[in-house]
Amino acid sequence: MTHTAVAGAIPRAARRPARKASASRAGLYAFLVLAALFFAIPLLIVLSTSLKPMDEIREGSIFALPMAPTLEPWSKAWLSACTGLFCDGLHVGFWNSVRILVPSVILSVLAGALNGYALAQWRFRHADKILTALMLGAFIPYQVILYPLVKIFSSLGLYGTLPGIVLIHVIFGLPTLTLIFRNFYAGLPEELVKAARVDGAGFFRIFLQIMLPMSVNILMVALILQVTGIWNDYLLGYIFAGRDNLPMTVQLNNIVNTTTGTIEYNVNMAATVLTALPPLLVYFLSGRYFVRGIASGAVKG
Amino acid sequence: MAALRIRYLTAKAVMAPTVLVMATCFYGAILWTIYISFTRSSLVPNYDFAGIAQYVRLFSTARWYTAFGNMFVFGGLFIALALVLGTLLAVLIDQKVKGEGVFRTIFLYPLSMSFIVTGLAWQWFLNPAMGLQDFVRGLGWEGFTFDWIIDRDRAIYTLVLAAVWHSSGLIMAIMLAGLRGIDHEIWRAARVEGIPRWRTYLSIVLPMLRPLVVTCVVLLAIAVVKSYDLVVAMTRGGPGNATDMPAKFVVDLTFERANIGLASAGAVVMLVAVLAALAPYLYIELSRRAR
Repeated sequence: MTHTAVAGAIPRAARRPARKASASRAGLYAFLVLAALFFAIPLLIVLSTSLKPMDEIREGSIFALPMAPTLEPWSKAWLSACTGLFCDGLHVGFWNSVRILVPSVILSVLAGALNGYALAQWRFRHADKILTALMLGAFIPYQVILYPLVKIFSSLGLYGTLPGIVLIHVIFGLPTLTLIFRNFYAGLPEELVKAARVDGAGFFRIFLQIMLPMSVNILMVALILQVTGIWNDYLLGYIFAGRDNLPMTVQLNNIVNTTTGTIEYNVNMAATVLTALPPLLVYFLSGRYFVRGIASGAVKG
Repeated sequence: MAALRIRYLTAKAVMAPTVLVMATCFYGAILWTIYISFTRSSLVPNYDFAGIAQYVRLFSTARWYTAFGNMFVFGGLFIALALVLGTLLAVLIDQKVKGEGVFRTIFLYPLSMSFIVTGLAWQWFLNPAMGLQDFVRGLGWEGFTFDWIIDRDRAIYTLVLAAVWHSSGLIMAIMLAGLRGIDHEIWRAARVEGIPRWRTYLSIVLPMLRPLVVTCVVLLAIAVVKSYDLVVAMTRGGPGNATDMPAKFVVDLTFERANIGLASAGAVVMLVAVLAALAPYLYIELSRRAR
């Protein structure tokens, strides 16, 4: 009601800009659609290439849709794509990534939550200094500490092993995850923990019975951050995982970038899509948590 | 009281492994690398002090020189373009557009994918023989040339393109959150004063979001110093060493060329670059905490 009343009150001369406004509105949508195409096209092209037989790729353009779509490149990528001498397919890397991902995510999120809780709710001496050290640690480029870490890990017999790469992911996750959880737990009312302490509840009981049930949101953020981050990791897996545990990203890069003989672009692109699928699924299913997770972890690496 | 002290001890015990890891794996390792960068080390660590010899060698190494320069070319363009595109998209989406969720989802999805996937997708798209160039030629424009990805002088720009594609969504998301937090009163006041909308954005709203812009620039700058995966997947540092970056130089020299001394010097330069990029953020953060 108020809207129409106001519109009616506008003098004739002022209505002219309305047409201009609708033109700029069209321009606005045109730009947004163009931008959407810019973002969508590379993935669509990868996807459509992965569904084409090779002769269609050689003859047609990349923008042409597959005329005779086939899933053969996908099965070939999964079962028999070659990396160097071995032609075992990408499923090896997939399962390696899963084996690395599951324990790494569980352990690193648990460590981050416990640390964050200890720092936020049990203000012992030097907690501030630990916090500053963690904050700076989150920004350190991997390259500065990779070689000494390799030395430390080989002296422990962990270099090139599955427990080794898992521990590496837990270590590199510590700064960011501890900070995320600390900031969350520092925002909770202190009275909660104080009351529980008066009742005689211990450190772990307060954590399990009071803190964790309130942490669902922040746990989601941390999980998304770690699942996408560890799945997408290349450098740490390449250096620390060892030949038998190379993650999917490393295997994918080996398949695509070291092909000898005729290059099967459709198989390469199918392998690319397969590697991108898990984080894409996380993205499309997690919605608003994703932005928070990525934004809080954007400093990693 | 004793019980409480035990519980504080538990809290400290829980933190102990983290403190140990930070002290050894992070800060101890950094000090070690810094020290090694001032020694004669090559194939294996050597603890004889050699002054700044490794740094002198580093900056007279042609490959490092290219990599170091690329960091600034790539970084300058990537940060500027991602910031402009991300902010522009945020402002446009903020105009109460229909299908906002769809646009946001499309602009942000590349962020969920690894730089390896991003690099391989763009390598395919820009492949002169099969990709975009081939397509435009097929349309009848026979002389069309877009072979930047295999052009020594221009390949670095294709990395910028792929990186902007990957990361602009993050800037959009951060800036959009900022725009949504602007007080309605400011918009009303600007309307009453008769200030055009675009002018309000440029002169009032965006300057108010300056802290967010600083955050974005810091995030992007750190990503630049650390760029490794994208280069490995998209150009492998080539053609030749034309698209090499410090992060790749250091990894290659450490693990393939086994030149620890030179690699450590490169790594320390990376650390200094990150600290320089962090300076504005640390300044804000520490002065806030001091208050």
